[in-house]
Amino acid sequence: MSTSSRPRRRTLADRGIDGVTLLVLPAALFVVLLFVYPFVYGLLLSFAPKEGGWLGNYTKFFSDPYMYGTIWLTLRLALPVTLLNIALSVPVAMQVRHMRRQRLLTTILVLPITLGTVLVAEGLLNYLGPQGWLNRTLILFGLIDRPIRLVHNYWGVFISLVITGFPFTFLLTLSMISGIDPALEQAAATLGARARSRFRHIVLPLIVPGLAVTFCLAFVDAFSVFPSAVMLGAPAGETRVISFAAAQAAFEQYDYSYASAIAMIMAVVQFGFVGLVLAGRGLFYTGPAGGGKG
Amino acid sequence: MAIASAGFRELRLDGMSRNFGAHNALKEISLTVQRGEFIALLGPSGCGKSTALNCLAGLLSLSDGAIWLDEKRIDTLKPEERGFGMVFQNYALFPHMSVRRNVGFGLQMSGVPKAEIERRVDEALNVVRLTSQGAKLPGQLSGGQQQRVAIARAIAVEPPLVLMDEPLSNLDAKLRLEMRAEIRRIHRLLGSATIYVTHDQDEALSLADRIVVLRDGEVRQIGTPQDLYRRPLHADVAEFMGFRNAIQGRLVRREGEEVEVDCGFAGAIRGQAVDVAGDRVVVAIRPADLVPMADGPIHAEVTGLEYRGEGYYGTATEPGGAELYFRTDAPLGVGAAVQLGAPAERTLVYAAGGVG
Repeated sequence: MSTSSRPRRRTLADRGIDGVTLLVLPAALFVVLLFVYPFVYGLLLSFAPKEGGWLGNYTKFFSDPYMYGTIWLTLRLALPVTLLNIALSVPVAMQVRHMRRQRLLTTILVLPITLGTVLVAEGLLNYLGPQGWLNRTLILFGLIDRPIRLVHNYWGVFISLVITGFPFTFLLTLSMISGIDPALEQAAATLGARARSRFRHIVLPLIVPGLAVTFCLAFVDAFSVFPSAVMLGAPAGETRVISFAAAQAAFEQYDYSYASAIAMIMAVVQFGFVGLVLAGRGLFYTGPAGGGKG
Repeated sequence: MAIASAGFRELRLDGMSRNFGAHNALKEISLTVQRGEFIALLGPSGCGKSTALNCLAGLLSLSDGAIWLDEKRIDTLKPEERGFGMVFQNYALFPHMSVRRNVGFGLQMSGVPKAEIERRVDEALNVVRLTSQGAKLPGQLSGGQQQRVAIARAIAVEPPLVLMDEPLSNLDAKLRLEMRAEIRRIHRLLGSATIYVTHDQDEALSLADRIVVLRDGEVRQIGTPQDLYRRPLHADVAEFMGFRNAIQGRLVRREGEEVEVDCGFAGAIRGQAVDVAGDRVVVAIRPADLVPMADGPIHAEVTGLEYRGEGYYGTATEPGGAELYFRTDAPLGVGAAVQLGAPAERTLVYAAGGVG
């Protein structure tokens, strides 16, 4: 082509920046005011303890087993709950994707999300309690002699987290599985793959990256459990989750600086897990799940 | 070549039917496919040809009828138990597997040892001339290459029957011609019976040993490409095979196959009776056969003309108002009067009244 013409200067518009870009400003402002500022404020606050040096809060936390134990107690809840929810979501979604009345089912499943954790916890408290329907029914049929304890302990929180967390993981999983071109599985079938092999070799590898993201979202959600841990659990004992420790520090001891430090530790643990999972995700195929260009 | 089809003597469709609710997508299709034969299922969209293919593959169950492979009834088998190779319209390549793993998938599923898989994948890729692309993911290939992978994947298991569902419809015109020749070459090489679904009569004519014309879920005609091209048995098949001119008329004289039809033109049209019952008939002529001639019986007015390299193709209206499609060597102006006629041996006459 012509050698004399200099390359045209790339304008802002070439890089996708024009007047419309200004519309991002309100959202950016919103994020800065409501997320970045409080986060940075809390971070700085955590390094200004009531007593001791700038790391005082952190040394205090990690030298007190009653405090650093909360990390383990929270993980003990959040990890199994998240894994169970995903393990349940996948087979259910595999069945549901061909159903006609998907919408009805989706609506039913979305309800627990909209009701919120407090209402679900409240309901479970009655339902699972010693005088609740579940225990009375089981006793009526002679399956048990005395009520089994399902509230104010680990299992109460566990069950409530499964109920509020399952719809979320399920809906994400369903959309991923529905996104796989049915022709892929048909092709695998004509090549001799039975249902099990089709799942293992075609469906699973294609949804693993999505499951990793689902895991991160659900895990973070479960890790910051607060209402159900307090209402359905034993907040002084086996469900003394980290968010509860932070709340105690803030609202019972009025030590906002220490509470901030606990919140920061909570964030670091979450980041750690999310980072690990997302790094593992990179090992899988993450492109579109279509069968071809057509 | 080591890849060769495991044989069967014949594949027999016996009254194969499929309903979707009240809609009969396939009505009692009966057909016998010989070993090594290339069959094209040809028809307009919605004629049931893809349904027929999916029934053969086992992806759809039959509502009635049976499919026999020699003495074995196979319509009750699941797709994974039939062992046919299928090439999908959108290729359906596994996006997360390399080309080699895609091609070897069928062998892997049937428990073939690794070394043997490697050898046969090499052969299959060799057949489709893609040996250097084995490590790539399907998404990194062009449409034509993906198509070849899909074919290699289907033939690597050495199926007795290969099913192809409009495999060329997503390719551009040039690539389509190339791949058509490729498919013919591969079929000759492997000798496996092939059932090929298409709506493109050129494809069907150039590839198939026999063509099955479907319409509204029914078989309209089965024949060799030559039969079908020269002498479609019904008016609707003729229209689909390129006889675009369908002129209504009245039979005035008949002598064996030779007939004369009065269509309200200046002269009677002479043609060959194919499927004539009463005296109400329809005359079918290809645009390429309807040309200007000094004593042509049809006086018409040119309404449009387009240049197609080997000649001009035009439209004209006759006094009765019907539109005609014709061919001419010399350009004609729009609005010019033209006298059109066609050779009697290539003018086919059918009973009027549509499908019958």
